[in-house]
Amino acid sequence: MELTTVWFTLIAVLWIGYFCLEGFDFGVGMLLPVLGRSDVDRRVMINTIGPVWDGNEVWLLVAGGATFAAFPEWYATLFSGFYLPLLLILVALIVRGLAFEYRAKRDDDTWRQRWDLALIVGSFVPALLWGVAFANILRGVPIDADHEYVGGFFNLLNPYALLGGVTTLLLFLTHGAVFLALKTDGPIRERAGKLAVPTAGAAAVASVAFLGWTQAETGTAASAIAFVAAAGALVGGLFAAIRRREGWAFIGTFVAIALAVAGLFLALFPDVMPTTLAAGDGLTTTNAAATPYTLKIMTVVAVVFTPLVLAYQGWTYWVFRQRIAAHHIPPTTAPASVPTAP
Amino acid sequence: MDPTDIARWQFAITTVYHFLFVPITIGLSAIIAGYEITWLRTRNPQWLRLTKFFGKLFLINFAIGVVTGIVQEFQFGMNWSDYSRFVGDVFGAPLAVEGLLAFFLESTFLGLWIFGWDRLPEKIHAACIALVHVGTLFSAYFILAANSWMQHPVGYAYNPETGRAEMNDFAAVLLNKVQLVTFPHVVLSAYMTGAAFVVGVGLWQMLRKAPSEDRALYRKAVRTGAAIVIVSGIGVVISGDVQGKIMTEVQPMKMAAAEGLYEDEAPADFSLFQLGTLDGTEETFSVKVPGLLSLLATGTSNGEVEGINPLREKYIETYGQDPGAKYYSPGDYTPVIPLTYWTFRLMMGLGLVATVLAAWILWATRQDRTPQGRLVLWAAIALPFLPLLANAFGWIFTEVGRQPWAVFGLMTTEQAVSPGVSAAEVLTSLIVLTAVYGVLAVVEVRLLLTYIAKGAEPLVDDGPDAGAGDDRPLAFAY
Ligand code: HDD
Ligand code: HEM
Ligand code: HEM
Repeated sequence: MELTTVWFTLIAVLWIGYFCLEGFDFGVGMLLPVLGRSDVDRRVMINTIGPVWDGNEVWLLVAGGATFAAFPEWYATLFSGFYLPLLLILVALIVRGLAFEYRAKRDDDTWRQRWDLALIVGSFVPALLWGVAFANILRGVPIDADHEYVGGFFNLLNPYALLGGVTTLLLFLTHGAVFLALKTDGPIRERAGKLAVPTAGAAAVASVAFLGWTQAETGTAASAIAFVAAAGALVGGLFAAIRRREGWAFIGTFVAIALAVAGLFLALFPDVMPTTLAAGDGLTTTNAAATPYTLKIMTVVAVVFTPLVLAYQGWTYWVFRQRIAAHHIPPTTAPASVPTAP
Repeated sequence: MDPTDIARWQFAITTVYHFLFVPITIGLSAIIAGYEITWLRTRNPQWLRLTKFFGKLFLINFAIGVVTGIVQEFQFGMNWSDYSRFVGDVFGAPLAVEGLLAFFLESTFLGLWIFGWDRLPEKIHAACIALVHVGTLFSAYFILAANSWMQHPVGYAYNPETGRAEMNDFAAVLLNKVQLVTFPHVVLSAYMTGAAFVVGVGLWQMLRKAPSEDRALYRKAVRTGAAIVIVSGIGVVISGDVQGKIMTEVQPMKMAAAEGLYEDEAPADFSLFQLGTLDGTEETFSVKVPGLLSLLATGTSNGEVEGINPLREKYIETYGQDPGAKYYSPGDYTPVIPLTYWTFRLMMGLGLVATVLAAWILWATRQDRTPQGRLVLWAAIALPFLPLLANAFGWIFTEVGRQPWAVFGLMTTEQAVSPGVSAAEVLTSLIVLTAVYGVLAVVEVRLLLTYIAKGAEPLVDDGPDAGAGDDRPLAFAY
């Protein structure tokens, strides 16, 4: 395999890892107002992802860094082109990340409500916008001969892209509900298990529409297989959710997201950012790539260190495998407000 | 306004802001790991209480370090797309490696440390925070390698066909001679900053709040912290001295700008301060240390140091006419002299004051003494800010002094900016990020003060009937 193809694959793997892992974090965040009826409920939910959310987010950072190193043109065009959506995502990730750490640091209802809001909105916005961004990449955007995006902001808000956004949103919502059913005990487990069924249904409808549309526009035989398998996994997850087989339901949504993203990358290949302009020059794995030397170095680093990272991340999930319920949540000892100087 | 100007303001603001939290994270993670390991060895519960107390403060700080780092990762592509195209082949590699080696390590093991108090064997728990610290060092190494490449590009060849710099020697990029001195300088500055924070907090507690049985606890913090400030402070001076010579070699204009030295001089004096415009047109009043600049730049007290005017001629000869005149009047290839002049002095001066202050505090707390008085209180409050500001000034000096280059000798800052992004877009993100960062600063400082005032908590004994196994409450929960 060519090194450019290897790196296209690796970047796909990083995005898959990101969506499969942070997908349920986003879901948990969005479900906070729905499933968390009391402060203790909400703390139960937040603590299911407490130890892992930051590690999950790093998949995104590495995907970004790897794109920069392996396909500098792609990194440059993508992030300067999708400027405002990316800014929104960044702000969302900022307030969301802080919400985890700061929410319980003061015993004050207004304080907690504000951080809850940050967590909810901060999870909702990226869950939606990542889908919009990926759909636009697949559909192609106006890129001129200098590899500059010339489309403006509203060009990104087309029906296909919005459908993509709704799809990722619903998938992550389901993934989060299924995850909560698996990781909590007591009433939240009940509610999450119940809620997972209709959201999985909705996610299945949206996914079929979006992936079908994608297949019709840019699909290949390989992407078709991935999409069909993804739909199968999602339906399997749905049935598992109905029967309250929580572990299987989670595997179902996990695999569905992985295969759907894999299918999107398969449909994209060998382009990385196609253009819609006749006179433009779209980006491909060849014309956006770094030199073979850089790719070779990066491959060695990835081969050596990725297994290590997977091992210790997997271990974390093992250490924190226990279900969490209301009685696990210690009473808050945080001070109520800022003391005035003594 | 020109998008380049706005993009530069944005980069400066977000990066300096990120670097307010970074040195505290690097320094404090090392100190906390030290406390926890000491507790395991001595079983003195005071060390455990210190671990937990500074652990809380550390987390409050770390969180902002993380979320502001995310912006850093993406803004090269957003605001500096032509730069990213030009250097991605060289520059992207350390950035990607940083993510894979450092960020995963930091975030995963920090999660384990925070939530793992009752889930992990004691030694493994302590190893987790030590690994977090190792992660911060990896992070610093790779990102500084990327930055050092911008100061002194090595291990690459320019390809006229693709119009970009292409890497041909990764080892040379990682072992860049600028990097080899920058890394110790920055890491030692970070230790200094984390330790000064510990001293400030501990001393304030000793003076104002602590019940007498806790005095001994905070004394431990103050004295360990002060010792680290002194040792790393000396290390910073030594590494900075070596750095000065290398800088003079690879970017002579930066050294000339650091002194506002317009003509060649041998020996060259170092002025402690100057009054006047610093544009070389009129005599200014200054207090000088004879030969010190020569010593800093060349290693001998009468070595010749090149001045701005002759250097400008040389640069024009080598690189052509006037790339940055729009920004850097009066002359081409001249950075903003007052800024480089003052930031250089403030970096060194504040660091020196911090070291001396720490030495005095160590002396004043000898045996069982507790210094008293308002002055000491002010010293406790001021101390953490001195190295923190010195860090910021050091970076501003380094980066402004490199101008008009983004990559020295290869690409100017003007050429680096994203051509497709409008001024309105950059301005939007500048305003949004600055506003968000402003609010976060207030929140974070108030939260830190709350937890500093709360002090180290007593250890709770779960007791025999605290519930068995998995039914126990979590040792820590958000
Ligand atoms: C000398 C050290 C240093 C320097 C110059 C920088 N950083 Fe940084 N960065 C760190 C040292 C660090 C750290 C100590 O590793 C942090 C600080 C707080 C933290 O959580 O880790 C961090 C966090 C951090 C994160 C979040 C990691 C996570 O989620 O765990 C990202 C994405 C970046 N940084 C990226 C950057 C970029 C792209 C920089 C260049 C402009 C940069 N940093 C400058
Ligand atoms: C974290 C510590 C850092 C601080 C505080 C810092 C600070 C600054 C400042 C103040 C400027 C503006 C200079 C000017 O425009 O006159 C600047 C420019 C720049 N720096 Fe840094 N920097 C840091 C680290 C880095 C690193 C690690 C990189 C690359 C990996 C980097 C890349 C750049 C680039 C591309 C510019 C050009 C844009 C501009 O001129 O504003 N910086 N930096
Ligand atoms: C007498 C003491 C010091 C000397 C001689 C010194 C020297 C230097 C020099 C020459 C540079 C520029 C390197 C370059 O651009 O190539 C630098 C940068 C810097 N200094 Fe210092 N420094 C001193 C003290 C400090 C202190 C006390 C701190 C902070 C606590 C500090 C933090 C920094 C930082 C963060 C940078 C920017 C990163 C870098 O390029 O290393 N320095 N210093």
